[in-house]
Amino acid sequence: MHITKLLTIAALFIATNAHSLTAQEVKAIAVGDTDARVEALAKAMPTADDKTGAFLQALSDDAVKLSGDTVLIRQGDKALDPVTGAELPMPETLDDVINNNRMRGEIDSALAALKLFSKDDAVRRAAVKQLQSDADESKLPLIEKALATEQNTLIKEELSLVRAAALLGSADKGKRMGAAQLLASSGQANVKTMLLARLDQETEPDVKAAVGKALREVESRLAWGDRLGAMFSGVSLGSILLLVALGLAITYGLMGVINMAHGELMMIGAYATYVVQGVFQKYLPGAFDWYLLAAVPVAFMASALMGVLLERTVLRFLYGRPLETLLATWGISLMLMQLVRTVFGAQNVGVENPSWMSGGVQVMGNLSLPYNRLIIIGFALFVLGAVAWMIGKTRLGLFVRGVTQNRPIASCMGVNTARIDTYAFALGSGIAGLAGCALSQVGNVGPDLGQGYIVDAFMVVVLGGVGQLAGTVYAALGLGILNKFLEGWVGAVLAKIAVLVFIIIFIQKRPQGIFAMKGRSAEA
Amino acid sequence: MNSLVSNHSSQPAGAAVDTSALQLPAVCPLLSRAGWVTFLVALIVVCAVAPVLNLWVPEGSVFHLSDYGVGLLGRIMCYAICALAMDLIWGFTGILSLGHGLFFALGGYVMGMYLMRQIGTDGNYKSNLPDFMVFLDWKELPWHWSLSHSFAATLFLIVAVPGLIAFVFGYFAFRSRIKGVYFSIITQAMTFAAMLLFFRNETGFGGNNGFTDFKRIAGIAIATPSMRMTLFVMTGITLLGFFLMARWLVRSKFGRVLQAVRDAETRVMFSGYNPLGYKLTIWTLSAMMCGVAGALYVPQVGIINPGEMSPANSIEIAIWAAVGGRATLIGPVLGAFIVSGAKSWLTVAYPEFWLYFLGALFIGVTLYLPDGVVGLVKRVWRSKATKAGDKA
Repeated sequence: MHITKLLTIAALFIATNAHSLTAQEVKAIAVGDTDARVEALAKAMPTADDKTGAFLQALSDDAVKLSGDTVLIRQGDKALDPVTGAELPMPETLDDVINNNRMRGEIDSALAALKLFSKDDAVRRAAVKQLQSDADESKLPLIEKALATEQNTLIKEELSLVRAAALLGSADKGKRMGAAQLLASSGQANVKTMLLARLDQETEPDVKAAVGKALREVESRLAWGDRLGAMFSGVSLGSILLLVALGLAITYGLMGVINMAHGELMMIGAYATYVVQGVFQKYLPGAFDWYLLAAVPVAFMASALMGVLLERTVLRFLYGRPLETLLATWGISLMLMQLVRTVFGAQNVGVENPSWMSGGVQVMGNLSLPYNRLIIIGFALFVLGAVAWMIGKTRLGLFVRGVTQNRPIASCMGVNTARIDTYAFALGSGIAGLAGCALSQVGNVGPDLGQGYIVDAFMVVVLGGVGQLAGTVYAALGLGILNKFLEGWVGAVLAKIAVLVFIIIFIQKRPQGIFAMKGRSAEA
Repeated sequence: MNSLVSNHSSQPAGAAVDTSALQLPAVCPLLSRAGWVTFLVALIVVCAVAPVLNLWVPEGSVFHLSDYGVGLLGRIMCYAICALAMDLIWGFTGILSLGHGLFFALGGYVMGMYLMRQIGTDGNYKSNLPDFMVFLDWKELPWHWSLSHSFAATLFLIVAVPGLIAFVFGYFAFRSRIKGVYFSIITQAMTFAAMLLFFRNETGFGGNNGFTDFKRIAGIAIATPSMRMTLFVMTGITLLGFFLMARWLVRSKFGRVLQAVRDAETRVMFSGYNPLGYKLTIWTLSAMMCGVAGALYVPQVGIINPGEMSPANSIEIAIWAAVGGRATLIGPVLGAFIVSGAKSWLTVAYPEFWLYFLGALFIGVTLYLPDGVVGLVKRVWRSKATKAGDKA
């Protein structure tokens, strides 16, 4: 429906310009010295149509040839007339049309302008984008024409901004004023650059004032975009920290196991994702886009099984000796890292985003939200919900809470505490695997993947308060947002240091974290 | 250090117990007869035998100690000092620090700054400033380099800088009664944060390249065999000296309180002691020992960079103490020799297996050898003794 409408309009548009590409124009554009050719091209542009586009494309592809005085387009072993499109007899000798760099630039920008009339929305949008950077008055008639026929409101809006940008360089003072007012509503970084450049050149005081005002408005909008962007990346980092710390909140917070191998369990999840990707590439290339859905349970199971193995063989003997657990799990982490190095090599492996995860939503001129980040935020919320449900509503959760609060009494009530320990540790490890699966979509997958996150994960759990899921959520989001805002202010490394120092100081003030467990123990 | 200890005994809490009627266990001698003999043998080996074997025995001889061997042993003795420091704080006071690598590196950096200044104008850029500053286009030394020209100030700062940082950090941590795993984790955060800071060029510590290319120490060329031997002997004497000091410390009343804090801190508090001063003193002292070890280490290996502050290095110090046997003083020293020796052999002979070995060591020691190698030896001796007793 939409397309037919566009087609009709395009047809109308071509019909109203009965005078389209002429033989004189073709010759003027193809032959002569560069100045004359550029001028001819500029002259032909306002009346350009599909044929002009095809001709310019051929010119750009070096398919336009000369045979004596005739200009023709060579297509394979055929020769076509650029004006009529009819086939011509192939001449004996063909001369190349030489385009120097200046001519090429002009041709490319003219082609971009012509793409404004493409029937494909995406092509038109791209053309508008390209024009934004080199809009000047010579392209104004074309822009006006495109504006008149444009149906897509989004593209229309952008196009009117481009028009304003082109007008900004106009010789007419009134037009410049109008353009400045129009541009004030924009929120794009390149509009700011444009206005800044104009502000430097402008001599008329009122125009200068108008441009300055527009600039301030654009800047404030940009600043908002930046702030919201920092907020979003903060939430995004927070969601990753949450995923990383959730598993630890169970193994450390609820069970009291200092699992330094938590990062390596995440690494196992990430490598499980990599393996699933490989399997899909090899056996199910058609369904490759959906490998991630299969990778989620596989990553969970791989890490959970590794967790069971660790719990049954090592950690079981170390309950109640947290410092020893710390050393033993550190040893486990070293061995797991070396194991992965032996199996997959020391280099990072490539994990691709499925196509539905690339791209993003453009919210403001300088603020776009990538899909993979959005999906990870959603995924973190989903995992959080599942864990909260599991701990709060299921029988296993009840047992875990019971064992956490009072192991001997839970045991007296008939709870198999050793089995509950194994299940809880497997759950925590499995969540680490899910975190690894998510991390494989935003970062590098290598043997050192876990090392980069382990300090952060412990910080989140300790800050949030041990034994608290809610505390973990607040701590993860708080640290994520704090980190990103500081990053915009002092740079990434100093922000990280500042956050660590903040946590160290915070722990001094509130050793039990944001949410303290209430109890009467003297050994708090 | 001295002022800290005396500060302690003047605390009223410490004096309260002396007046009680309880009989304290008899104070054992500093070292047993066999202990003194071993100590003297070790001293002679370090000060006389090793230099003779290295410098005067010809290279082809079986008894010749190679330069590589001197370097390796010197390095391991620095590690042993760290392990000893770790033992005081972990084995005897029950506080596991995962940040001792920071104090080691700080001592190393103070020494490194002095060594950088000793290069003088012999650097690549022939400038009075260290090469990396010329590279960064700095015109003068930053403020924290102002004392680095003086050897005496450097010797003072080697203990003062780690000591001060440990004191401030420990004061706040112990005052708010952070202990156990919490303390371990925030010390790890501390060394991690410091590592990130030292990696930056603008901090003025040479960024990720750190300091290297040293030429001389106190005006004497650093890369000569005699200088290497001098550093080796100094490290050995320092290690033995620290050993005696630690021994004296743990058998004093102060040491007994430390062990009581380790075993039941709440009871110590209920008995009228304030553990803050005890913990803080041993923590600061331990950090200073690590600083000295770092300062001895840097001229021997010829480089210091922020990698020394990575959390992994600090955990490795803990494993030396654990492998040898916590709460015994000879254990951690042995542990440092065993683990580092195995490392220098395995990383060359079987590079892929080193991490497996280290990981297995961590797990095995915590599961099967809670008292380390020394505990194992003791157990074997005891079972032999009982067997012999049964036969008789």
